[in-house]
Amino acid sequence: MIELLPDEMARVSLDGVVMNASVALVEDVAIGDYVVLHVGFALAKIAEDEALRTLALLREAALLGAGA
Amino acid sequence: MKHVDEYRDGNLARGIARRIAVEARTERSYRFMEFCGGHTHAISRYGVEDLLPANIRMIHGPGCPVCVLPMGRVDDAIALAKRPEVTLCVYGDLMRVPGSNGSSLLKAKAAGADIRMVYSTLDAIKIAENEPARQLVFFAIGFETTTPPTAMAVRLAQKKRLTNFSIFCNHVLTPSAIQKILQAGDPDAVEIDGFIGPAHVSTIIGTTPYQRFATEFHKPVVVAGFEPLDVAQAILMLVRQVNEGRAEIENQYIRAVSAEGNRKAQAEIADIFELRESFEWRGLGEIPRSALRLREPYAQFDAERRFAIVTRPARDNPACECGAILRGSKRPQQCKLFGGACTPETPMGACMVSSEGSCAAYWAYGRFRDRETASRKAVVS
Repeated sequence: MIELLPDEMARVSLDGVVMNASVALVEDVAIGDYVVLHVGFALAKIAEDEALRTLALLREAALLGAGA
Repeated sequence: MKHVDEYRDGNLARGIARRIAVEARTERSYRFMEFCGGHTHAISRYGVEDLLPANIRMIHGPGCPVCVLPMGRVDDAIALAKRPEVTLCVYGDLMRVPGSNGSSLLKAKAAGADIRMVYSTLDAIKIAENEPARQLVFFAIGFETTTPPTAMAVRLAQKKRLTNFSIFCNHVLTPSAIQKILQAGDPDAVEIDGFIGPAHVSTIIGTTPYQRFATEFHKPVVVAGFEPLDVAQAILMLVRQVNEGRAEIENQYIRAVSAEGNRKAQAEIADIFELRESFEWRGLGEIPRSALRLREPYAQFDAERRFAIVTRPARDNPACECGAILRGSKRPQQCKLFGGACTPETPMGACMVSSEGSCAAYWAYGRFRDRETASRKAVVS
């Protein structure tokens, strides 16, 4: 999320490709947030802390796999 | 962290795969259905199945919006587009979906119908505003993911007092389809040990609506993200549930999905749409209370009422196995049209059209793999 625009719109960057999207369906979005984007609408915000927990679990499981 | 590349790490994937192989019991088999076409695509594209032990089989579900749209509704859209006053706006993957007698929106467009591909419902609203002399109809399809964007368009059209905008509503519900698969009294019905629950759909509806599949049908459901490591982790979680005799709703995609889902989007859907008594799905037949239509206060935006649309049943090409593939009882290669008469360029069935369709995924990523496997086996024997 790189810029908030009027009418519940925002400028979003997909790996550098910038486009406009609606943020009307999500609460409290801020610049710098990552969102799940679908057909021009942000559907959900991505929770950084939960993402880190998921990655930690993945690494742990992979490590267990390597040791097996 | 961009929340994409982290979930495509090949080394981690191999580690998870080894873990799955360790934990999966050799004396039994595991049949998991990924409901959503987005997962089918990820599994094919990243070769997730090749990482799994032979006794874990992924069954591809019907979660592809274009694929489950019955042919009669495609015919309706083509008839709408042929009306001289109508401009029909559609998502791009609808263009090649076969209608009756070899028709499609693409062919109707080539013959002069005013059909325009849009990326978002907001584009359709813009066209309606800019061209007040045209009757703008948005061909609304999809599961709970695309429903809120359609609701927002209706809301906007109302706010802007647009009299030339309507939607042809074909929105359908994920839980109804899962229920149908579990209840199917088909002789060729597949046995399923657990489900990978959809990613984007679940950001909207949350994980709670899946609870009854655990409680009533004793099937575990793990909601998962769309990246390959998300899918691999979800499979590991399902294997563990099956091994421990558990049937629970678990959430692997916790970075974007909550138990209650997106309340704002749910409120918009509830205000604008109501349940249809029944709706036909390609492959699954009529399913009660499985689709939405506009509520009475929004009737002026309902293309079915504005243009008095009456859907006629239409028969798919009898050789096309789309129906069985959508139910998970056949794989794309088991259809004799696959890769010959039916390719993404000239699709005979809807499963070959959309990038989310199983046949399209197998065509794009799997057709050489199977040939290699076959020739390798031939060499060995």
